[in-house]
Amino acid sequence: MHPIFLTIMKRLGLSVLTLFIVSVIIFSTVEFLPGDFGQAILGQAALPDTVAAFRRELGLDLPLHVRYFDWMGGVLTGDLGTSFSGRGTQGLDNSRPVIDLIAPRLSNTLFLASFTALIAIPLSLFLGITTALYRNSIYDRTVNTITLTTISFPEFFVAYLLVLIFASFYKVFPSLANISPDMPLGELIYRSALPALTLTLVIVAHMMRMTRAAIINLLANPYIEMAEFKGLSRVRIILHHALPNAWAPIVNVIAMNLAYLVVGVVIVEVVFVYPGIGQLMIDAVTARDIPVIQGCVMFFAVTYILLNLFADIISIITNPRLLHPR
Amino acid sequence: MNNNSTKQKNGILLEMQNIHIDGYSDDQWHRIVKGVDITLRRGEVLGLIGESGAGKSTLGLAAMGFVRAGCKLVKGSIRFDGTDLNTISEREKRALCGSRITYVAQSAAASFNPSHRLIEQTVETTVRQGLRSENVAKTDALRLFQDLQLPEPGIIGQRYPHQVSGGQLQRVMTAMAMSPKPDLIIFDEPTTALDVTTQVDVLASIRQIVDQYHTAAIYITHDLAVVAQMADFIKVLRYGETVEDAETRKMLKTPEKDYTKSLWAVRSIEKEEKQSDDIILKIDGVDAAYKGKTKVLKNVSIVVPRGCTVAIVGESGSGKSTAARVITGLLEPMKGQVLFNGEPLPLILKGRSKEQLRRIQMIYQSADTAMNPRHPVRDILGRPLEFYLGLSGAKRDRRLLELLELIELDESFVDRLPSELSGGQKQRICIARALAANPELIICDEVTSALDQIVQKGILQLLLRLQADLGISYLFITHDIATVRAIADQVVVMFQGCVVEQGMKSEILNPPYPSYTQLLLSSVPEMDPDWLSDLLEERSAL
Repeated sequence: MHPIFLTIMKRLGLSVLTLFIVSVIIFSTVEFLPGDFGQAILGQAALPDTVAAFRRELGLDLPLHVRYFDWMGGVLTGDLGTSFSGRGTQGLDNSRPVIDLIAPRLSNTLFLASFTALIAIPLSLFLGITTALYRNSIYDRTVNTITLTTISFPEFFVAYLLVLIFASFYKVFPSLANISPDMPLGELIYRSALPALTLTLVIVAHMMRMTRAAIINLLANPYIEMAEFKGLSRVRIILHHALPNAWAPIVNVIAMNLAYLVVGVVIVEVVFVYPGIGQLMIDAVTARDIPVIQGCVMFFAVTYILLNLFADIISIITNPRLLHPR
Repeated sequence: MNNNSTKQKNGILLEMQNIHIDGYSDDQWHRIVKGVDITLRRGEVLGLIGESGAGKSTLGLAAMGFVRAGCKLVKGSIRFDGTDLNTISEREKRALCGSRITYVAQSAAASFNPSHRLIEQTVETTVRQGLRSENVAKTDALRLFQDLQLPEPGIIGQRYPHQVSGGQLQRVMTAMAMSPKPDLIIFDEPTTALDVTTQVDVLASIRQIVDQYHTAAIYITHDLAVVAQMADFIKVLRYGETVEDAETRKMLKTPEKDYTKSLWAVRSIEKEEKQSDDIILKIDGVDAAYKGKTKVLKNVSIVVPRGCTVAIVGESGSGKSTAARVITGLLEPMKGQVLFNGEPLPLILKGRSKEQLRRIQMIYQSADTAMNPRHPVRDILGRPLEFYLGLSGAKRDRRLLELLELIELDESFVDRLPSELSGGQKQRICIARALAANPELIICDEVTSALDQIVQKGILQLLLRLQADLGISYLFITHDIATVRAIADQVVVMFQGCVVEQGMKSEILNPPYPSYTQLLLSSVPEMDPDWLSDLLEERSAL
């Protein structure tokens, strides 16, 4: 068996272990959130008996470990439980399965993340490579200044600035990105253009600067000098001799930024009223809707772990010492 | 071969006149090459020789029209086959470099791109510059691999650099330089990083291929014996100036300048060998391995008599340094024992008392990395004085000055940082640090290999004097036979983790030899231009 395959299997195993630990942490942390769902729903005036009965109905009276394994068993079979909210005090039950709440929001979030990534990654790579190629030139300094400026502003500021320019002054894009799943793709793209643009501006600097730094870092190597002595052009040296050795750090930064696009964009969602998973999670925290919080955080954890795994695998297969051992 | 009409034999190929190059360091420009002329005809090999800082590499690059970052060509003309390299555009220069002038660097391992297969890198310029089609270039490369006596020439090109040994990589790099069929190759210390036995093969391949293709070459090295085998003419450089140039045989037979003679300085020390029956260190039947991997030491036994120098010689990977790690306790052996003054030492470092540690000290190859760059000499030497001897205050300072005197430095060095010392001075401070503990045995691991000849000579003489005055015993690890002749009483020859021979220097370095010692000794270049030819003839006759 190829040793790479073994390494990847090992990483996969570790990922599963990490996920397990994360699930324990998530479950126990949520337990320690102040306040009680029963009390919150039934109001301050509710009798202790009523609260206790309500808690029993939701299973909140069972010991922690029992509830954990119950929940975990559900997660493994694709059942994230039932949302607490929607339950009335008068016996009416409008509650919905957590998965039904999360699924459409998650798909919206993934759509926005992919849309942004499709713009941001090629753009950062292009800018990173060209600034490395023409380092210390006017072009290099201009690009660096602009990207640093955009990353230095708070997200909401960039968002409102874009709204001001592209929705108020020039009515190019809508200022609200209230999409729904039945819209055609073109409409989806049109409506999410401003949030995607905002996120692009926020993450490009990081990825572009790492690409530039990783390449420049390699230029001091003797094999780059050798390539110069071989009479190769600068473009060839950067693309063919430096870039293939620079992937590991670049991919890691890309993975971090992609993870951010999935889990960290709640402010942008709020500004554009974009129905993403971030807002769902905030709402759930406010309503102390524990199953929904747990479901969201599990998805976030899976996203981080998968993206890091992906970055690891890319780092391994772009390293010839690992790919072609002696 | 290329039958370009301008290619007449013995026409002048390269003419460099009055070259002045400045280098920028310490916030100012220094002149590093001061008015050197080089004239090279087609098919000739010029040897550039000098110590570090002589400007030989800088000149080699200038022959390609290059200057390193932080350097600039101030004055001088460089004409290559009628073209003035100073006036042509970057694009024209690129077309010239890599196709008509090529370069072979010192460290092949670092000069190959780790991400691409060797064959791709070998033919890259030839194909990119459109000199030949990819297929033709690859076929040519295979022939070159064959000519350079690379093992499995058909397959080796498919490998990545890390899959090939240093000596082989150096030959692949020569093939890469030959691939475009250049008129001139610059060899910049191509064998310095190799073991002597490997060096012989690489030298032979390079010489044969340069002859065969009638390529001109500039061969840069600090080793006169090596350049004697390769060059038709030799130019000796010092501080960026020409000391002497002459035809090779003439230079070796009748060098005119004292500086030229000093280039084989170490070879002029001869130590009279001393015998002693008082054994200070004995390692017995030691097996050792790193992290459960294959054994690197197999049943190794070495004896060091008191007040004597035992030299361990062998190629890289023979287990010399591992033996030192076992003695110092840094690596726990799987089997065997270490006896010091007749008593067994605990095998791991943690088990040893401060007194046991004090008696064995170590000096390393690279003085640069063996000292904390932030500590002044006072702290570097003061620390062992406090730690082992409990000296402090005025007593410590007095001893500090005594130590500096022992290593022939004055008190002005006390407050200097390592970065303010020359290579030789750094190594002297490391010696003083070892002496600070009043040791009985010092292990010297390749302590002179990174130094220039004259500096080497000074260090070796210092070590000999210290031994005579203080009665210290040395275990001296080296791959350089000239150093062994200069300092050793006894010699241990190691090969692939085994001791091949141990005995008095006079026994080991004179016939009859076991076959490996014979191979090792015969591979050391000698100051005779016919040495390589004679050796190859002798070996092929066997």
